[in-house]
Amino acid sequence: MHLTIDDVRHVADLARLHLTDEEVRLYAQQLSAILDYAERLQEVDTSDVPPTPYVLPLQNVMAEDVPQPSLLNEVALANAPDKADGFFRVRAVFEE
Amino acid sequence: MSMTTVARPEETTFELVVGMEVHAQVLTQSKMFCRCATDYQGAPPNTRTCPVCLALPGALPVINRAAVEATIRTGLALNCRINETAVFARKNYTYPDLPKGYQISQYELPLCADGYLEIDLEDGSTKRVRIRRVHLEEDTGRSVHEGGYSYIDLNRAGVPLMEIVTEADIHSPEEAYAYLTRLRATLRALGVSSGDMEKGALRCEPNISVRTLEQKARGEYGVKVEVKNLNSFRSVRNAIAYEMERQIAILRAGGSVEQVNMGWDEERQCTVLQRGKEDAHDYRYFPEPDLPPLRIPREEVERLAATLPELPAAKRNRYEQAWGLRRTEANILSGEAAVARFFEEAVAAYGESDGKPQRLATWMTGELFRLLYADGEGQDLRQIASIKIRPTQFAALLKLVDDKVINPNTGKKVLEIMYVTGEDPQVIVEREGLAMVSDVSAIDEAIAAIFAANPTELARYRAGEEKLFGFFMGQVMRATKGKADPAAAKERLLQLIRG
Ligand SMILES: [Zn+2]
Repeated sequence: MHLTIDDVRHVADLARLHLTDEEVRLYAQQLSAILDYAERLQEVDTSDVPPTPYVLPLQNVMAEDVPQPSLLNEVALANAPDKADGFFRVRAVFEE
Repeated sequence: MSMTTVARPEETTFELVVGMEVHAQVLTQSKMFCRCATDYQGAPPNTRTCPVCLALPGALPVINRAAVEATIRTGLALNCRINETAVFARKNYTYPDLPKGYQISQYELPLCADGYLEIDLEDGSTKRVRIRRVHLEEDTGRSVHEGGYSYIDLNRAGVPLMEIVTEADIHSPEEAYAYLTRLRATLRALGVSSGDMEKGALRCEPNISVRTLEQKARGEYGVKVEVKNLNSFRSVRNAIAYEMERQIAILRAGGSVEQVNMGWDEERQCTVLQRGKEDAHDYRYFPEPDLPPLRIPREEVERLAATLPELPAAKRNRYEQAWGLRRTEANILSGEAAVARFFEEAVAAYGESDGKPQRLATWMTGELFRLLYADGEGQDLRQIASIKIRPTQFAALLKLVDDKVINPNTGKKVLEIMYVTGEDPQVIVEREGLAMVSDVSAIDEAIAAIFAANPTELARYRAGEEKLFGFFMGQVMRATKGKADPAAAKERLLQLIRG
C-alpha cells in the first residue's frame, strides 16, 4: 500500500495541517510503511468474523437526564492560550 | 437516435426534487454526553461546560437516556423502524466550535430508519413523505467572528440534536412548507423539541434539484444545491421556489448547475453562493470507541410507543369527523398542543351538538386569536397556555350569545375585557349593563322617542323613502347602547314606523 503525495496533502488539508513539500514526501514514506505493516493483517481469513468495533461486553451505558454543576468560566478557560470576555479566542475560522 | 424532433430547451418540462434535512434540539435538561445544563440561552459564555464538552484529555462521554427515548418516540411517531442495535460514530470535523475535532453522531446504524410523515396537499389529498432516518448527535458551540478572530462559546456544544432526513419526495415549495409544518407540530405534540426556529432549536436544510422528465424516467437526478441559513418556514418555501427558477433558467440557457452550498438572503429574497464545492464530505466516520452500542429490546420500543400522545394529524381527523369542523379550523386547532387542549376543554364545557364545536372554533380562530396575535411578542399561538381566560369561561361566553343574553357584537367586547381581567363573562355583562334588551316595551319606548326627535325623517320614510329604515334602525341600536336584540328591534320598528 503506497500513499501518494496527493493522498497525504488531502489528509493534511482535512486535518488543517500545513506541511512543506519536504514533510509531505517524508510522511508519505513513513505512513506507507505503517500501513504496509498493518496490511499484514489482511493475510488472516476473516470472512466468518463480523466487524467488531467494540471489544468490551458492554451495552446501553446511559445516564439519567439530571444536570450537574458545570465548571466556572475561569476554570473552563484556565488552559486556553487566548481568551477575551469569557470566550475562547482563536484565529478567524473563515477567511474573509 | 431515431427521434426526428428534439424538444427545444426552453420548452422542456422540469420536475422539482427536494430532500429535507431538519436538525431539532432535543428538550432535555442536560447535554447529550455530559450532564452540563442545556439552559444556555442568555447564559454568560462558557458557563455550561465540563471536561467532556471541553474535550479535555481523558474525559469520557455518557449517553443521555432521555435523549435516546425522545428520539425513539419521534421515530415511532414518524412510522420508522427502530433499529435493534444503534451505534454512535465519530464524524471528523475540524472547527473550534467542537473542540474534540469530531462530532459524535450516528452513521451506519441510526436509532430510527425508513418511516414516513403524511402531509396535506392543497387539493385536499394527502401524501406520504418518506423519512430515511432519524438519528441523534450533538450540537456545536457558537462562534462570533470579529476583527480577524473567532470568539468561541461552548455552552451549546453537546446539546442533543436530532437529525431527521427525508427521501427526495418533495416536489413543490408548498409541499416543503406542509412537511415542515406537520413535522414541527408532531415534535411539539411529542414534547421532544420546542421547534423554535428563531431560537435556533430547529434548522432546515433543503437540498434542491430539478430534472427533466426524461431524467426522471431513467431514475436520474439533477445536481443538488443545499440551502442554509433559513430562519422561517416561509423562507424555506421562498428559497426553494427561487432555487427552482434559478436552476431551470441555467439549464434552459444550456448551462449546468454546480453542486454548491447556498445561503438565503432574507433581505433580497434570493440565494447566494456560500462556498464552492468542497471535499468536506470526507468526514471519515467510524464507530465511536468511547460509547458502547445501544441494544433496544422490543419491549422497550413497545413501552415508548404506549407513551405517544394523539398526534396532530389524528387530532385533525377527529375534529373533522366527530365534531364536524371545517378543514381550515381543524388544522389550526390541532397544530399546537396548547391550542388543542384549550379547544377541547372549551368543547367539553360548551357541548358537541348543533354545530357547537364549529361555532367555538370560529370564535377561537377569529376573535380569540386576534387578541392573542396582538398581545406581547405575538404570532405565537402557544401563548394561549398563559392567557387569563379559562376554556370554561370562553364556553360560558358563547352560551351567553346563544341564549341571546348578549348579541355577538357585545360578545366580542366582553371577550376583550375577559382577556385583560380574566373575569367571568356573566360578571362583566352584569357590571357593564350589557345584557341584550329584548323587552318589547323598552324598545317601543326608545322608538317613540326617536320618532319624536326626527319628525322630518319619519315623514320622508312614510312618503316612500324606504332607505331611511336603516337610519332608524341605527338610532334604535344607539339609543339602547347596542344592547337591543336586533331581531326584536327590527320587528318592532317595522310595526311602528308605518304609523
Ligand atoms: Zn459538559
